[in-house]
Amino acid sequence: MPADSQISRPPSRIQIATDTAFRVLCQGFAWLALLIAVFIVLKIVIAALPAVRQYGLGFLTGRVWDPHKKVYSILPEIWGTLYSSVLALILGTAFGVAAAVFLAEGFVADYAFALLKIFKLQFHPVWGKLPRQVDNLLRNLIELLAAIPSVVYGLWGLFVVIPLVRPACHWLHAKMGWVPLFGTDLSGPGMLPAVIVLSIMILPTITAIGRGALVGVPSRLRMAAYGLGATRWETILAVTIPTASPGIFGGVVLAFGRALGETMALAMLVGNANVISASLFSPANTLAALLANAFPEASPKDVGVLMYAATALLAITLLVNAAGAYILQRTSSDPEGSKA
Amino acid sequence: MTHEDVQADAGIPKNFNAEELDPFRGVDFSQLERSLRRPRTFMSMLLSGIVAAMTLFALIPLFSVVGLLLWRGGRKLSIAAFTQLPPAPLEQNGGFGNAILGTLVIVGMALLISVPIGILSAIFLAQAKSGNRLASTVRFAAKVLTGFPSILAGVFAYGVVVTATGGYSALAGAVALSILMLPTILLTAEDAIRMVPSKMKEAAIGMGATDTQTVWMVLLPTAVPRILTGVMLAVARGAGETAPLLFTSLFSNYWLIWHGHVKLMQPTASLAVLIYNFAGMPFANQVELAWAAALVLVLLVLTANLIGQSLSRRQVE
Repeated sequence: MPADSQISRPPSRIQIATDTAFRVLCQGFAWLALLIAVFIVLKIVIAALPAVRQYGLGFLTGRVWDPHKKVYSILPEIWGTLYSSVLALILGTAFGVAAAVFLAEGFVADYAFALLKIFKLQFHPVWGKLPRQVDNLLRNLIELLAAIPSVVYGLWGLFVVIPLVRPACHWLHAKMGWVPLFGTDLSGPGMLPAVIVLSIMILPTITAIGRGALVGVPSRLRMAAYGLGATRWETILAVTIPTASPGIFGGVVLAFGRALGETMALAMLVGNANVISASLFSPANTLAALLANAFPEASPKDVGVLMYAATALLAITLLVNAAGAYILQRTSSDPEGSKA
Repeated sequence: MTHEDVQADAGIPKNFNAEELDPFRGVDFSQLERSLRRPRTFMSMLLSGIVAAMTLFALIPLFSVVGLLLWRGGRKLSIAAFTQLPPAPLEQNGGFGNAILGTLVIVGMALLISVPIGILSAIFLAQAKSGNRLASTVRFAAKVLTGFPSILAGVFAYGVVVTATGGYSALAGAVALSILMLPTILLTAEDAIRMVPSKMKEAAIGMGATDTQTVWMVLLPTAVPRILTGVMLAVARGAGETAPLLFTSLFSNYWLIWHGHVKLMQPTASLAVLIYNFAGMPFANQVELAWAAALVLVLLVLTANLIGQSLSRRQVE
């Protein structure tokens, strides 16, 4: 049989060459992606080096920021970044985990089912789908919270949250001014409105990851608890949440990283004042807000100082994000999700 | 037949006491009923109520934002808003046509940078064996970069593009946005390629296709809807970002295209920066325009999100 009548043939030399070239190309781009990540970090750190040499560690511990006298330090900004993020995390975690439990345990679907049962429609071909749809709708609504750009939240905070909380803040300051949290009065922008908006922005992250972790809990664990006579909430508190806690914790850490780096809502709401205060109503500043406000009008000499501040922010967020990514990777590689 | 006769037929003695054989003797059925007076049931109901209330409370901001956008932004929205340039202080009317165009151009340029890098690296990551050191490092770096503060992307683009080219430009903004979009595109594209059923890949290899042919003729065509989902999500994120544009593309009161020349190396307006600038102004007209621009921006972002979700949903069904 002549060789050219065969249907199959080995790849031609051109095909082999293309194959090798394409594989090398893909690997090259993977290297490129990695190099970009490394380059970003190096670029910011190297740009900060002159300022690091000039101002040293005193930059991180001083309290004055005065471009006219060429005195720069960022302790109030570091404090503001951490304080606002921690407060927002407390608020966001409380509501975010509650929403995650509410979504993961199918409460809405149950309510919808019970409602349909009253009208004897629970197995109706069209109405019977309602519980599932309501469930999906609620999940999508929570995710929509994440889709709204942060500058729109800032706008909303300026015109809605600040006027809304101001009377309550006046009252709290007047009645309980001796509590450090209410030590100063709210005069427009301040920590509390910033924290409220920030917590809304990180809530979808906590809810989405937390819901994933709760749904991933093997149902036989839940069934075992029910079989022992536990009520629904005894099961949730004693079995489901502890089992899912590594995943939930990973989500909380990622949300913390997001809160630390969030810029616009804070730049618009926090007040940009160089003070360290435990008061919820005092204006403050954060590293990201400082960068957003000072960078556009910085002279070339100031840029080095701002790069130092950017490096501080970079170090804090990279640490928190790497921890969050590591925790989530470890829990997701554990197939049972039941290490707790 | 009397009752006694039946008992006799069944061999049950006459002096039988029905209560003794009752398996439920001594059981208080009211104990088994769900009653709110019992603390455990009450706690359960109470916690359900609290969690439901908290979830609904968390949604109030969403409805408040959307409602206000429609009310305050919708009032100002007109054709002029899309075609005119931003007004000077104390000037009436005006629009933000140049900002819409600027946002589209900057996001488009960012896509041109991030899509090739993202998808080609994703192909490598998806094809790599599980122990590949480079693949797992890239994946970890991408995951860390998803949480990268957007303002630092701006700082980086300032250091690389603005200082090198000597001025604020649309290109600098695009570089900043592409850094934020790259991890989303890369990670979703890798997932998309991995989700292609392995029997399709094996069939292609069994037919004698080279790796490259498998990728181009089988894996990519099957994975395209999901890859596009990732791209659209990245577009939605990029369009809404403000911080990285503040000191890279800055702002401009003029059109990007002027007398047929596209000015990519000039400061460029964008919707997000316009909202930020106008929100802090003491002029009512500017604030109203900020709300209208916010409405347009949210619609833009939501459209990108919805297109992205519908693309991947169609494949599941």
